Amino acid sequence: MLAIARQRMLGQSFKKILPAVSVLRSYSSAAKQITVREALNSALDEEMSADPKVFLMGEEVGEYQGAYKITKGLLEKYGPERVLDTPITEAGFTGIGVGAAYYGLKPVVEFMTFNFSMQAIDHIINSAAKSNYMSAGQISVPIVFRGPNGAAAGVGAQHSQCYAAWYASCPGLKVLSPYNSEDARGLLKAAIRDPDPVVFLENELLYGESFPVSDEVLDSSFCLPIGKAKIEREGKDVTITAFSKMAAEMLEKDGIYAEVINLRSIRPLDRSTINASVRKTNRLITVEEGFPQHGVGAEICASVVEESFSYLDAPVERIAGADVPMPYAANLERMAVPQVEDIVRAAKRACYRSVPLAATA
Amino acid sequence: MALSRLASSSSRSADLLKPLCSAISLRRPISTDTTPITVETSVPFTSHQCDTPSRSVQTNAKELFTFFRDMALMRRMEIAADSLYKAKLIRGFCHLYDGQEAVAVGMEAAITKKDCIITAYRDHCTFVSRGGTLLEVFAELMGRQAGCSRGKGGSMHFYKKDSNFYGGHGIVGAQVPLGCGLAFAQKYSKDEAVTFALYGDGAANQGQLFEALNISALWDLPAILVCENNHYGMGTAEWRAAKSPAYYKRGDYAPGLKVDGMDAFAVKQACTFAKEHALKNGPIRGKSLSLVEAIKLTSSCSVCCAYMQILEMDTYRYHGHSMSDPGSTYRTRDEITGVRQERDPVERIRKLILSHDLATEKELKDIEKEIRKEVDDAIAQAKENPLPESSELFTNVYAKGLGVESFGADRKEVRAILP
Repeated sequence: MLAIARQRMLGQSFKKILPAVSVLRSYSSAAKQITVREALNSALDEEMSADPKVFLMGEEVGEYQGAYKITKGLLEKYGPERVLDTPITEAGFTGIGVGAAYYGLKPVVEFMTFNFSMQAIDHIINSAAKSNYMSAGQISVPIVFRGPNGAAAGVGAQHSQCYAAWYASCPGLKVLSPYNSEDARGLLKAAIRDPDPVVFLENELLYGESFPVSDEVLDSSFCLPIGKAKIEREGKDVTITAFSKMAAEMLEKDGIYAEVINLRSIRPLDRSTINASVRKTNRLITVEEGFPQHGVGAEICASVVEESFSYLDAPVERIAGADVPMPYAANLERMAVPQVEDIVRAAKRACYRSVPLAATA
Repeated sequence: MALSRLASSSSRSADLLKPLCSAISLRRPISTDTTPITVETSVPFTSHQCDTPSRSVQTNAKELFTFFRDMALMRRMEIAADSLYKAKLIRGFCHLYDGQEAVAVGMEAAITKKDCIITAYRDHCTFVSRGGTLLEVFAELMGRQAGCSRGKGGSMHFYKKDSNFYGGHGIVGAQVPLGCGLAFAQKYSKDEAVTFALYGDGAANQGQLFEALNISALWDLPAILVCENNHYGMGTAEWRAAKSPAYYKRGDYAPGLKVDGMDAFAVKQACTFAKEHALKNGPIRGKSLSLVEAIKLTSSCSVCCAYMQILEMDTYRYHGHSMSDPGSTYRTRDEITGVRQERDPVERIRKLILSHDLATEKELKDIEKEIRKEVDDAIAQAKENPLPESSELFTNVYAKGLGVESFGADRKEVRAILP
């Protein structure tokens, strides 16, 4: 169980917000702690060991040990035939990865960040996602596209976009986004074992964060189901849906007993867990880092309105990244990404607690 | 049997024997006769960074007959597709291959079903050469259940995985990196086979092609890139699209061959050469060779090129780019009829068969009549075949659907569980 610090909040004053994830650490000595990086590395290692058809490709995944060290040690262990350093040519190497998957191999293609996946997006969508359908089941594509997604810190507009909504709109793809180490291990293993193309959206800022994991999670057979969200914290006042780094932010907010759902799977979306929760709490806030228009929150909101309209006691609130390209200056960047106070404010609005209107810019 | 052997060795004696022969069907002897015949390719090969294969190609009556039959069948199939499209039984896009048959047939004769082929959207004949049936073609074109993709793909998405034919791709150029990926997988699996990735002169300028070429060369992949240069990328002539239309040279460090793509034997020779080259110089690089092997290796190719190659097939399509393109706004009718008269691939084989006295004109015409009937029968069968069941809308979205829900246009009305 995660131990969560609670802070009473009075009116407008906020205590200094602790680094989001510190509240999540359990200080129980029984559970082992591993970083998300270690979780991903061990998942890759175990799946490569279990299935000789699994291989890695991407920029700097081999000799450099991985741009973010996720693939550290794997070249040494599995050799250059299974851990391949590619030139900086996403369209070319992604197409090669998809072609290898057509033949029956199981590539894990790394994008240094998902911003670069745009150079290869035709292969992800047209060559990978749609092939099983167009060929009536003859050509399945057991490939995983993984890498950091969304905002980092100070990397600017071209390196900060979240691609969850774009990929999750496409039938034929599965889109996963882990939050903690357990998610990272379980979902990556599931992705590699899955016979369909999976887009695996990691988060650079979470790589170094440690989380407790049980022995079950550390076992090499551990796997999480695709398409199932996790209720990180049960509550009764409002449902908050989040994924990736935003899941951390949610557990920070307080005063209101929120039920926090860690989506884990953006496509397929676990609509039944979300709706069941909203039917219990009657209020919903969707939280995401990406651009607001046509985002993941918009889909969740529509889904809840369709399935659970009469259960809603308040309009659905959406918290998302600002509707602007990511700025560089630290203060502007902070405004462009959802902060804990944004979610708190939205939760209060949903629960009809009075919140003074912010001045419009 | 003996009569036909005499006939092939001397045309004078064949003339004398003809009245006797006409009473006997010569079809069976021709189709099984494997006595070697040597033919010359129409023109010599031109090469870039490697040796050229010989102009003399070994063949036999059986192969000549097969080439004729296969190409005549493809020709008839494509023309029939033209009529079906005009009758609105085929919808959307329809890119016809008539004129280019020699590339599909010649390539298939050089390889086995262990070798992979991947091509773009002008894929009907390549599918047939890989073993696809006429019914599968026409049913798919008409969107019926018996189609090779059960009606879900359409003209541009024919596949036959059990023959290592990987489609059938609508995005220009995408098939080239995919093909290099197939070659990667063949090498990874130690399959001793190669991949032919076909693309057109229009696709030859795509960046991803050069990206894939670079990686294939670095990683020694058994990939052979085949440019089917029919000289027009849709309506744009090659000289308007490419600063250098010498596509066989565009690989720079990669060896290339320019081939007369209207001559099935030239295609066969080039593909045989390319496959041998890719297997000899690719996967075995790095192994220690015996002295004999080392000598053989260096003598077969002046440059030790341990990577993939480009074959440029100089070919021509009689139809426009697709059925919505008349094909005559960017080229003259004289050009089209000129190629048809001088270089038609089916006619070339017909002339070879006749000049070697392997059959009479009438016999070849009979074969064509038979083919016509086969095509008509397949079309009739395809027309009777039903459209897919409504439930097929939701099948094959995933290989493993995990029981998730999918939706129709009105999600409250039409939903399905994906198995």
